[in-house]
Amino acid sequence: MTGSAIVVPIMLPLLAATLTFFFRRGAITMSLLTAAGTIAAVVVLSLEVMDQGPLSYTIGGWDAPLGIELYADGLAAVMLLMSAFVGTAITVYAAGYFSGKPAVARHFWPLWMFAWSSLNVIFLSADIFNLYVGLELMGISAVALLTLEGERDALTAGMRYLLVSLLGSLAYLLGVALLYGTFGVLAVQEIGEQMFPSPATWTALALVTAGMALKTALFPLHFWLPPAHSSAPSPVSALLSALVVKGSFYLLLRLWFDVFPEAVTPAAGQLLGILGAAAIVWGSILALVQRRLKLLVAYSTVAQIGYLFILFALLTPEAWSGGVYHALSHAFAKAAMFMAAGTLMHALGNDDLDTLDGSSERFPLSVYAFGLAGITLMGLPFSGGFTAKWLLLSAALETGQWWYVTVVLFGGLLAAGYLLRALAHLLTPTPTVKVQHEPARGTEATALILACVALLLGLVSAPILELLQVGAPLGSMIP
Amino acid sequence: MASPTNTRLRRVLIRVPAALLAASLALLLGWSVVTLPEPATGLTGLVDAEMENSGVDHPVTAVLLNFRGYDTFLEVGVLLLALVAVWSLYLAPADRDPETAQTPVLGLLVRMLVPGILVVTVYLLWAGTSRSGGAFQAGAALAAAGELLLLAGFVRGRFRRERLVRFALAGGFGIFLALGAGFMLLGNDLLEYPPEFAYGLILFIEGALTVSIGFTLAALFFGSPLEAPEVEK
Amino acid sequence: MTSVTLYALSGMVVVAVCVYGLVSYPHLIRKILAINVMGSGIFLVFLSFSRRVPGENPDPVPHAMVLTGIVVAVCATAFALALARRVHEVTRSSYLPEEQDPPEEAG
Repeated sequence: MTGSAIVVPIMLPLLAATLTFFFRRGAITMSLLTAAGTIAAVVVLSLEVMDQGPLSYTIGGWDAPLGIELYADGLAAVMLLMSAFVGTAITVYAAGYFSGKPAVARHFWPLWMFAWSSLNVIFLSADIFNLYVGLELMGISAVALLTLEGERDALTAGMRYLLVSLLGSLAYLLGVALLYGTFGVLAVQEIGEQMFPSPATWTALALVTAGMALKTALFPLHFWLPPAHSSAPSPVSALLSALVVKGSFYLLLRLWFDVFPEAVTPAAGQLLGILGAAAIVWGSILALVQRRLKLLVAYSTVAQIGYLFILFALLTPEAWSGGVYHALSHAFAKAAMFMAAGTLMHALGNDDLDTLDGSSERFPLSVYAFGLAGITLMGLPFSGGFTAKWLLLSAALETGQWWYVTVVLFGGLLAAGYLLRALAHLLTPTPTVKVQHEPARGTEATALILACVALLLGLVSAPILELLQVGAPLGSMIP
Repeated sequence: MASPTNTRLRRVLIRVPAALLAASLALLLGWSVVTLPEPATGLTGLVDAEMENSGVDHPVTAVLLNFRGYDTFLEVGVLLLALVAVWSLYLAPADRDPETAQTPVLGLLVRMLVPGILVVTVYLLWAGTSRSGGAFQAGAALAAAGELLLLAGFVRGRFRRERLVRFALAGGFGIFLALGAGFMLLGNDLLEYPPEFAYGLILFIEGALTVSIGFTLAALFFGSPLEAPEVEK
Repeated sequence: MTSVTLYALSGMVVVAVCVYGLVSYPHLIRKILAINVMGSGIFLVFLSFSRRVPGENPDPVPHAMVLTGIVVAVCATAFALALARRVHEVTRSSYLPEEQDPPEEAG
């Protein structure tokens, strides 16, 4: 198993995708076994990375640059852990959510397995063209999952998302073409070593950045995200907000720090930082005025994505770690939040904030999960979000860019505003709460566990931050 | 609702910035092409050096199946994914009734063409080892035969032998996956085959892929899943 | 200018024209076509690069990437067309809600 653990997170979900496509029965069992196997492999891999440093794996016996290699450093390991654990929770939640909907579930399982493997393909790939194939695998499966229930809003949102996603991938592919035209290789490491500023490499940088910013929904390219994330089936909303946007963000992070460092200018990093800051303010303000819970949570994702981009402006080891840690804790918190919101919406018929008045009496677990996840998103002390923001804040002070301090703190206040507004509705005592469906078994507990993990990430951050430093591009933040 | 002037104004407001965007993009892209460093480098030398170890005679096939076989593997995955994605939409079947679809000429033409296409399929598959060709070209030809049969109403999109069709659709990817990962138990890398069997295994995988690609492309063309949603409920 | 550069430039122009088409035309089929043809423009750029390398034979790696890219593009286009058909079945419109074409609005 040693050394080969790296292929399991890719191959096991692909095997499950094939089997769940072929066999009519047993999809949930196969998916749960896949989840268990993936977690085991990812934990083994993370321990190996911690122990031996970054790992490379040649596929087919052909070394890069002729062949394609997989590469796992601390960043890849942390992203794999995120995808394995949040993915397992999505699997459990979906098993309950899709019970009683066999025609939808029939396609959900293979599509979800494809989506899961595509994330791991992206996290592990060390080849820029292979990353393109991974991106398309992720984009198509994400949209198909979103349109699965065939509702009107989801179909139009999915159509828009698909066009945006394909445009983003093609911009990336054109960037790959220019890089191959310049360097004649496709391996991330080789291009990074040879990188020099030139019109072609700048254009490639611009194409890749624009494409990934579009797919990650960075302000002002976020227009497609709120309708898509809010109209999806709830397990899929959780998947899209928690994991899929992180896939394209990860790619951008990899490329900026491993491929383009010699071509990137500080001004370009500042541009991303400023857009990130604008996303925090704009997304939060729109979240404040939403009337529907899932839309509120989706606009909160627009705002939270903003924090990820501040690291490009700060460019210190702390900022880099803080940004990645924010991606990690946001994944757990946002998945929990969408799951809890989905449970309430399913139980009470719709997700209008007024309809949800008094949910806490009937569904205390879900409301509790929503609240705990909110603590991380607000960045209150001892939560995962607090650790991430602390690192970003100290980096901003260290580099003298105090305006990012203001934005991060102001963003926390706005988050408190929109989340407390939602919680106020959920906690309003109401004499009659009309329950239309009882929540499926395990769905409420899954959301609560995820929200607790998001909190725990603040208390036990040391080992994860240590793992993250393995092969970190800006150097270790731990002396 | 929208007055003509309003519409025209809205169109101009979209198209003028779009044209400016496209023009500046064209200039930027053109500038980066003409300033590319000379002489260009590529992977030709490395491919040539490793050709004899690849087991095939055509450099593009060697890149597709050996050096970058992982890309090809994932791309077959994308194909199966696209099929599940299209099926999940439950489009209405576009079955053709032979009575109305077939004119005497069409019926006869399809009867004559399909056997010929099958021969071309086998040729393209075999040609892939030494010249242009391979599983995708062969699969595309096979799909053309399938589409002709569907369009002429010889074949319906809903089959009673559903399991068999599913195997034809997913078998290529499944076999690729099983063999690519299976030899890891003998200590090989992912998608690395024991040299003594490599040629035979690659040809076998290519054959399975041809069938699956042909069926999948035809199924994508047809659009509707094997069973209607209400059948399952 | 060599013919190889000309091919690459043509590919780039195709990409730019498709960006214009994607943004300007609201009909979904036109948007899907714009995406599809944009892919072909990029493939043209790849293929021209395979000839930039000095030597007798073209570089096979861009050819292989284009073959992979074509299959991925076929898959994306197939799904996009099926989705557009489904959108039409449900909404009776071939436009995204924010881009309803005026004649349809009037009718």
